[in-house]
Amino acid sequence: MLCESCQQREATVHLTQVVDDSVKKVHLCEECAAQKGLDVHGPVSISDLLMGLGKAVEPQKEKPSVDERSCPRCHMRTADFKKTGRLGCPDCYEAFAVELGPLIKGMHRSEQHVGKTPGGVPARPPPAPARDDLAALQRALEKAVAAEQYEEAARLRDRIQAARAAAGEKAP
Amino acid sequence: MNVDDLIGRPAAWLDAGGGSDPVVSSRIRLARNLHNAAFPGWAGEEECEKIWQSLRPTLQAAPTLSGSYAVGMEELDELDRQILFERHLISHEHAGRGRGSGLVGTPDERVAVMVNEEDHLRLQVIRPGLDIREAWEVMNRLDDEIGGRVRYAFSPRLGYLTACPSNVGTGLRASVMVHVPGLVLMNEINPVIKGVTKIGLAVRGLWGEGTEAVGNMFQVSNQITLGEKEGEIVHGLEQIVLEIVEHEKNARARLRDRKEPVLRDHVGRSLGILQNAHILASKEALDLVSGLRLGLEMGILKCKDRRPLDELLVVTQPAHLQKREGRKLKPRNRDVARAQQVRQVLAESGLKLA
Repeated sequence: MLCESCQQREATVHLTQVVDDSVKKVHLCEECAAQKGLDVHGPVSISDLLMGLGKAVEPQKEKPSVDERSCPRCHMRTADFKKTGRLGCPDCYEAFAVELGPLIKGMHRSEQHVGKTPGGVPARPPPAPARDDLAALQRALEKAVAAEQYEEAARLRDRIQAARAAAGEKAP
Repeated sequence: MNVDDLIGRPAAWLDAGGGSDPVVSSRIRLARNLHNAAFPGWAGEEECEKIWQSLRPTLQAAPTLSGSYAVGMEELDELDRQILFERHLISHEHAGRGRGSGLVGTPDERVAVMVNEEDHLRLQVIRPGLDIREAWEVMNRLDDEIGGRVRYAFSPRLGYLTACPSNVGTGLRASVMVHVPGLVLMNEINPVIKGVTKIGLAVRGLWGEGTEAVGNMFQVSNQITLGEKEGEIVHGLEQIVLEIVEHEKNARARLRDRKEPVLRDHVGRSLGILQNAHILASKEALDLVSGLRLGLEMGILKCKDRRPLDELLVVTQPAHLQKREGRKLKPRNRDVARAQQVRQVLAESGLKLA
């Protein structure tokens, strides 16, 4: 079967999407799939899947899923960061705050810098509590998934989405 | 910068003048980035080159880097970059880089700045012996000097922002290299490594991350960079190193009291092989040189001048050997050249049993 996009290469990526209650099948080659931002080789974690549950039936105007988010400044995508373990630019810390929260907490002693500061930067109050709550919920979700408590995980997913909406963040 | 000028003299971290301390050297590294640019791994070569060209004069104008050289990595051939790596002036990763990356350093090799390694700036201060606090003071000054000229990527919550989240916060890596043959010979090194690892410090080999511990040399460094003050990190590491030094001294004392034949055999074999070998692999040479250091420090061996013996750590490395021979050598021929050089240094140093 040929790729539906380029009509040249063999289609090796077969997607089934549900859009407006109708099932649509798409067949693409790896190159075209990658161009469309689909990470064909990237690891898929259960929590990623769970966070994306219910997305396909929502109208397309919804925001992109977790793995399609990218840094507004350097355009690094979540998948790029997951692949290399390195961020693209200083703004990525904001763009990927949800993923980085638990990672940083696991690596270090705390999530608050207490060392020296550059002369020109004024000290600002600590972060808004909403983000900490979100990070805690995220951790709880990962724990629930690891323990295969999917009902609890689904409940946490809903809370995360509600918290994000409350914080005015882009919901996935 | 002429790399040939470097190889004729000892690396900065070896220049202790031959103490009897198990601590070889102390090193502080800071990771810093510019606030308005993509990190080097994500930026393209052109952007990296622009950053390097703009940082180069800025760095050379810093008082702590006065009289420094600056060199683009593409200006150096592979052998020269390898020399810099063997002297601990650049990382293995940096040695593989070309246009868009560079090195600024003082001629005494104590202060070096890698530009566009993993981060825009990797500042390093290295000193012989246990001198980690002084190294931090020099580093802190250099950091302020550069920070007054460029705007760093910094967040009040996460501190200095780095390409890898494992360095975020202080961006500080403090490390101390220790030579602990006593602990190895007494079979006590593994519990020490385990204990040190458990409290959040990393133990690595002589040439850093991913390298094997050869010559009974280990680098102990902090892993946590966020949530602790720089002074606390430096002090914490120093305390642990002092404990390791105590353990090592104890082990050496017990070795002499209870296992003197083992000790003398180890030192004697090291001397005998190094004086007579005609083929020496790098690891074997480093392991045996460790035996010489131990023999000197425990009064089993004596010599006129210890410094050339300490320098064997660096000058027997592949790039240094090839630079000295003036040509590329296959591994087999390197082993022959290495053995020849070791025999010569030992003969000149007048090393013998005490």
